Formats: sequence, C-alpha cells, structure tokens
Amino acid sequence: MKNRFKLYLQLFLTFMKIGAFTFGGGYAMIPIIENETSKKKDWISGDDLIEVIAISESTPGPISICAATFIGYKVAGIFGAFCSTLGVVLPSFVIIYLISLFLREFEEIKAIKYAFFGIRAGVLALLVKAVITMFKKAPKNIVAYIVMALSFAAVVIFSVNVIVVIVSAAVIGICAALIARKAGKNIV
Amino acid sequence: MTYLILFLEFFKMGALTFGGGYAMIPFVEETVISHHWMTMPQLVDFIAVSESTPGAFAVNISTYVGSEVGGLFGSFCATLGLVLPPFIVILIIARCYEKFKESIIVKGAMLGLKSTVVGLIGATVISVGVSVLFQNGQDQWSIIRSSVSSANFWFSIGVFAAMLFLLLYKKLNPILIIVISAALGIIAGYTGLISV
Repeated sequence: MKNRFKLYLQLFLTFMKIGAFTFGGGYAMIPIIENETSKKKDWISGDDLIEVIAISESTPGPISICAATFIGYKVAGIFGAFCSTLGVVLPSFVIIYLISLFLREFEEIKAIKYAFFGIRAGVLALLVKAVITMFKKAPKNIVAYIVMALSFAAVVIFSVNVIVVIVSAAVIGICAALIARKAGKNIV
Repeated sequence: MTYLILFLEFFKMGALTFGGGYAMIPFVEETVISHHWMTMPQLVDFIAVSESTPGAFAVNISTYVGSEVGGLFGSFCATLGLVLPPFIVILIIARCYEKFKESIIVKGAMLGLKSTVVGLIGATVISVGVSVLFQNGQDQWSIIRSSVSSANFWFSIGVFAAMLFLLLYKKLNPILIIVISAALGIIAGYTGLISV
C-alpha cells in the first residue's frame, strides 16, 4: 500500500517536472519525457516510448497529455494515469492563470505595445514554419494533396466550420484507404 | 452556463484536434473569435506568451481563455474539458493499442487528418497575416492601400521575412524569435518608425 502511494507520488512529481520545464510543448517535450521516464525511471522502454508517441499522434489531444496518461496507466493503472496527467497539466495551469490576471493591463504599457507589435510579425513566421513542418510530416500522395487544398479553400473561401473540415478529412482518408486496399494499393 | 459552454467548447477541441500544438490553432481561432472571447491580435499575442511559458499550447490557451471568461473556475472547466477526451481515449487504447495501430481505419483517418492540418494551418496563416499586416483588421481595399503605404506595414513585412529566414535557415529557437521580434518592435516604437 505504501509502495503504491509512493509510485503515485513519483508519477505526479515526474510529470509535473516535465510540464514545468518544457517550453513550446509538443515535440520539444519528447526528449525530456524520454529522459525522465525511460532513462531515469525505467517505467517504459525506449522502443515502447516511440510507440506511445506514434499513438499520441493518432489520438486526439496534446502529445504531453496522451503520453502522461499512457505511461501513468501502464505503470500504475487508472489512478496512476490520473496522477501523471494532473502533474503534467498543473504547471501550465498555475503559470498561465497567474499571467491571465495581469496580461491585459500589462499590454497597455507603451514599451510592451511596441514589443507585441514586433512579436505579431514573428508569430506569423512561426505559423508559416508550422505549415512547412506539418507538410513534411504529412503523407505525399494525391489524396493527401487534395485534402490539403480542399481544407484550405473550405476555410479561407467558404468559411466552413473547422469541425466539419476535420471530420470530413478523416472520412475521406478512411474511404481512400479502403478503396486503395481493395485495388491492391497502399496509400497509408 | 458560461462554465458549461467553456467546458463543452474545449471538450470539442480536446476530442477533435490531433497532434496538439500548432495543429490546434485553427480550431482555437474559430472558437475564441466566434464567441468574442478574444480578438485576433490578442490571440496572436497569446501564442507568443504560450511559446515563452512551459507546457502544452492547448493547456495554456484553455487556462487563459477560461480565466478571461470565467475566472479561476472558468480556467478549471475549460482545462478539464480539454484534457478529458485524450485521457479517456488513451485509457481505452492502452489496452489494445497493437490492434489500434494496425487498423486500416485508423491509418486512413490519419492520412486525412495529417493532410487537413496542413490546409487548416495554411488558412490560419492567411487570417493571422491579414490581422498582423493590416492591423485595422478589415480587408477593404482602401485600408489595404493605406496600410501598404504605411511604415507599420513594411516594418511587419520586414520582421516577418527576417524571422522566417532565421527559423528556416538558422534553426533558431521560437523563444529567441519572440525575443528578437520584441526587441525590434521596441526599437522601432521608440525611434518613431512605427506608430502603435
């Protein structure tokens, strides 16, 4: 019983550390997750961790939350999953809540206004970089290109709801994969 | 009621965005703008804040929007909504992930989802670009013409191009990009180059 409690606490603290020290989220977190859970703790093997990342990519939600839930569950069941997920979310929650209390007033300061004017152009560059990164990770075939073009046009030209676009894209992907398999081709 | 709306909106986001991070932004954009929870410049500013603070973007934005709309309990509801879908889905999949991984349905869905994200973020680049470059946020031709002849417009274009170059060819860290563009903004502001 005591060991069990200690394990929950360890999960909570380890994932809190991961949540507190990774900036930018997503893929930036992977090396730290690996170091904390695989090298230091032996909770999961390196190969299994790669599997977890792959699964996180194909399930909804941020990678850090998926990884925390998965590893917590493997190590100590549902309550373990709860502890590690709470741990990974808590630092962001506390820090951003505190920032939210004064961000609006902070933005009224002249120097900060100037700073954010520059920053907005910088963020636009970050977004363009994100498009390029996502494009590199996306499949390269005719179905993929059509979905990309249609999604873009649907939102920019026809202002289609994002949920509708996401669900339609998944359905198109599934249909294409099934049709291609029937035709003896592999597009996934 | 506000709490319930926060919970449900972020639950939808948690359930329908894959890969996290920037893949989430098109969805966040639509939600916060349509509910008038944030303006476009506020959202862009918050992306910068989120890059400079630890943790996942999704959790940061749910906490922030929740707090702006409904205080501490609003933050709690929004973040709980966001976290719940991946938590439940992973608990289910953790038992049978071998089957899950090999399923043609999952693979097909991923083909569609990985592709749509490219188009969706591309669309976000357009809407954020319009808001950043034409800071009045309207796309009437007269405003475009007056923007193009303003120093603000060319300053933003210059910073954007320089930062994109640093990101793509010098592999600079996003936090450094934010620090440099902030410094350029402050210099341009105090030298009177831009008017904010």
